[in-house]
Amino acid sequence: MKRVKRRYLALKLDSDGLPTGKEFIDAVWSAVTKLYGEHGASLTSLSLINYDGEKKTAVIRTSLATLNMVRASIATITSVADKEAAVHITAVSGTIKALNKKTQ
Amino acid sequence: MKRVFADLHLRLNVKDVAATLRMASKAGALGYSLVGVPLAPETRAEEVERLRTVCREAGMDFVSRVDLRPRSQTDLTRQLRRLRRKFEVICVSCESKEVARQAAKDRRVDLLSFPLLDFRRRFFDRAEAELARNGLAALEVGIKPLLALEGPARVRLLSYLRRETAIAKNYGVPVVISSGASQELLLRKPREMAALGFLFGLDEVSGLDSVSRSPFALVKRNREKLDARFVAPGIRVVKEGRDC
Repeated sequence: MKRVKRRYLALKLDSDGLPTGKEFIDAVWSAVTKLYGEHGASLTSLSLINYDGEKKTAVIRTSLATLNMVRASIATITSVADKEAAVHITAVSGTIKALNKKTQ
Repeated sequence: MKRVFADLHLRLNVKDVAATLRMASKAGALGYSLVGVPLAPETRAEEVERLRTVCREAGMDFVSRVDLRPRSQTDLTRQLRRLRRKFEVICVSCESKEVARQAAKDRRVDLLSFPLLDFRRRFFDRAEAELARNGLAALEVGIKPLLALEGPARVRLLSYLRRETAIAKNYGVPVVISSGASQELLLRKPREMAALGFLFGLDEVSGLDSVSRSPFALVKRNREKLDARFVAPGIRVVKEGRDC
């Protein structure tokens, strides 16, 4: 079976609220589902790798094939946990190690 | 070469200097180096200069822009005659076919925009694209409604935008993506704007061009034209005096 290529995205939350990791990833899932439907969302293999509530940063993982879909969906997020918000992608990389280097 | 990015449509309250500075700083932090702000046609030159200074403080280049909503073809030409030399970018909101066609063929018009929710008045078809290509006008796509709308309205808007950008691409009409943001939280990074372009059929390079190359080319062309040394396209005064 062919190995699935993945991409790690470093995200920065811009919001007055202090959402939990679950609320944050729910907002990402909801944006993907709204734009691409349940079938499209199932192709993304999204998962939350790391979330820092204080710094308001997160790392998520997605498949390379759906990277553009996830990028577009993240750009459409306007609220997280019922608070106005924007989520910005600060870096994209193929490994967590390289991602950490980029975000340092 | 490293790309530089522009957002030609930031909705600012120009009277509020602090908010303007905040918004311009935020745009700078997100990676833009040029912002366009729509101003009222009667805005004085001093006010424009004040805004330019505020944006310069935030490390941004400022472009003055006016949005016209003419009722007829004659009204459009009259407004263009009056305002062309006053603003660096002129955008025409095409609310009738007559206005859309005239705006597309008039070389004084830089950006064409269409009503976002009234789909029957989106007149960007092949004829419009042909005229726009010859008239050097670009199609402006604002991303604000893509963020604000949900469900069937957004589906319909995306479908129209996909059709229009495909026509624009076929006819070589530049597409300019702008934010139309009135609040900081509605601003997106240039690459995120390009990613939103992916939703209506722009590939990565075209998406990035629509927030960098296309708006910069448009501004550069207009600044050349507004320069005192400009005579005609390709002709400019290099030296004046008896020994020329």
